[in-house]
Amino acid sequence: MRNNKLTPYLFLLPGCLILGAFIFYPMLQAIWLSFTDYNMIHDPSFVKLDNYTELFQDPLFWKTLTNTLIYLVGVVPALVIIPIFLAVLVNQKLKGIAFFRSAFYIPVVTSLVVAGIAWDWVYKENGLLNYVLDLLNIISEPIPWLTSTHTALFAVMVVTVWKGLGYYMIIYLAGLQSIPDSLYEAADIDGANWWQKMTRITIPMLMPFVLIVTIMSSIAAMKVFEEIYVMTGGGPLHSSETLVFYIYTQAFDRLNMGYASAAGVILFLLTLVFSLINLKVMGKDNSE
Amino acid sequence: MANQNKSTTYRKIVKKISLYILLIAVTLFMIGPFLWLLSTALKSGSENIFQYPPKLLPEDPTLGNFSTVMEVFPFWRYLFNSAVVAVLTVVLNVLFCSLAAYPLARMNFKGKNIIFVLIIATMMIPFQLLMIPVYLISLKLGLQNTYLGMVLPHVTTAFGVFLMRQAFMTVPKSLDESARMDGANSFQIWLRVLMPLVKPAMVTLTIFTFVSAWGDFLWPLIIVNDNDMYTLPLGLNMLSGTFTSDWRLIAAGAVISMIPIITIFLLLQRFFIGGAMKGAIKG
Repeated sequence: MRNNKLTPYLFLLPGCLILGAFIFYPMLQAIWLSFTDYNMIHDPSFVKLDNYTELFQDPLFWKTLTNTLIYLVGVVPALVIIPIFLAVLVNQKLKGIAFFRSAFYIPVVTSLVVAGIAWDWVYKENGLLNYVLDLLNIISEPIPWLTSTHTALFAVMVVTVWKGLGYYMIIYLAGLQSIPDSLYEAADIDGANWWQKMTRITIPMLMPFVLIVTIMSSIAAMKVFEEIYVMTGGGPLHSSETLVFYIYTQAFDRLNMGYASAAGVILFLLTLVFSLINLKVMGKDNSE
Repeated sequence: MANQNKSTTYRKIVKKISLYILLIAVTLFMIGPFLWLLSTALKSGSENIFQYPPKLLPEDPTLGNFSTVMEVFPFWRYLFNSAVVAVLTVVLNVLFCSLAAYPLARMNFKGKNIIFVLIIATMMIPFQLLMIPVYLISLKLGLQNTYLGMVLPHVTTAFGVFLMRQAFMTVPKSLDESARMDGANSFQIWLRVLMPLVKPAMVTLTIFTFVSAWGDFLWPLIIVNDNDMYTLPLGLNMLSGTFTSDWRLIAAGAVISMIPIITIFLLLQRFFIGGAMKGAIKG
């Protein structure tokens, strides 16, 4: 038995080097940078809590934070609830159901740039959405969805939901297929109808998956960036600007690296709550 | 009695038809925006694409927009870059995660628990916080505008280590032991005994990594500023920024850049959906 004491560490080495170089060290550096003034020209200079006090006095920071929370509150319930029904729908034993599953999943695999361009076209003043709403007599004149301060954020939220539905549907589908058929058979014998089976069996049995989806979609919503970057650029008048977009522009357009890092630390603290719950859930699964 | 049978079959048919109607309606919502894009890409120059009411079917369909966009949009170059980045990320990620997962699943050593907890804890750190220092580090390492620069930050993930560790734990230990009796060392056991038995987990990890590497936008946007190194999303983003007035060209470019991933997805949909389901249960 040649079991060298070093063996386990050798296996761990490549992965740990990567995590060290691209997560742990940057993490410490980000925290350090958040206490400095750094523009990539001069060396970082220590400014104590200045970035944080400045951040809390910046109306734009509060605006982007509010927008991010609106995003979260709007997107998460839709992404938690609608995919349950989609999963039930594609779990039916019907001819061609695999085709529909795949069709619902297509937005998940396409890049947000393509999705953004496609939806831009839907949202135009003389685009599809205004036309449909006009046909249904819901609106009397076209709404400039992406260029109005009232609608831009919501219009982008719809794209996030649309792109995420298929993914969460599959998670629920995995959940549905783990429910024993015997439960439904027993319910059939008792003469339960569709709705009773849904509320008494399906939804309670899916609760662990509801929790997973809630956490995953919440963390994703807190970090939303690409949809905004591609579709509205944060506009008009910052009305659709989110926290990560703010961090990005502060860091890479204005080179306020220290200030942007402070905003990044705030983002980290906000997502931490969700991540801790997530870890707990994973830990529970793991010990079973 | 016969009547009742008739009404239940009748009800079944109604139920089936309404399910299909529902399925088709959702499908239209899901792929409608892409069909709309395709229709615009097929419309000829003489047709007013901004007409109201909008028309889905092109009057005089043409492939002209596609050939025009291929002249200004270096599709093959971007596709090559995307493929290199995605394949490198997948190969290194599966390799590094499986290597790291093996001792965590199979061996006892000092610091095992703390290492595992630290790896899992990386899930809590948003890349959006790290992107600034990772950018600064990558500049120092000379990784700007390189494939490695795009790839390295994503080649070990807590999700991957977790998934592979779970997979290794399901393999009976007696298999390792008998291989060890035959004189195999740990590396050979990992490569010859364990890896072949965890193929489903590898497929899951491959697909997860591939989809996220292929669609990644934020990090390439930061680390690449040389057009020659653009991946498909970056290239398309530039196309739509440059030709803002020519909607047919943008639509054609968007459709072309969708083709590779849609093809891969349709060929491997079983694995995509199966993998996502397994990832859901394990992760």
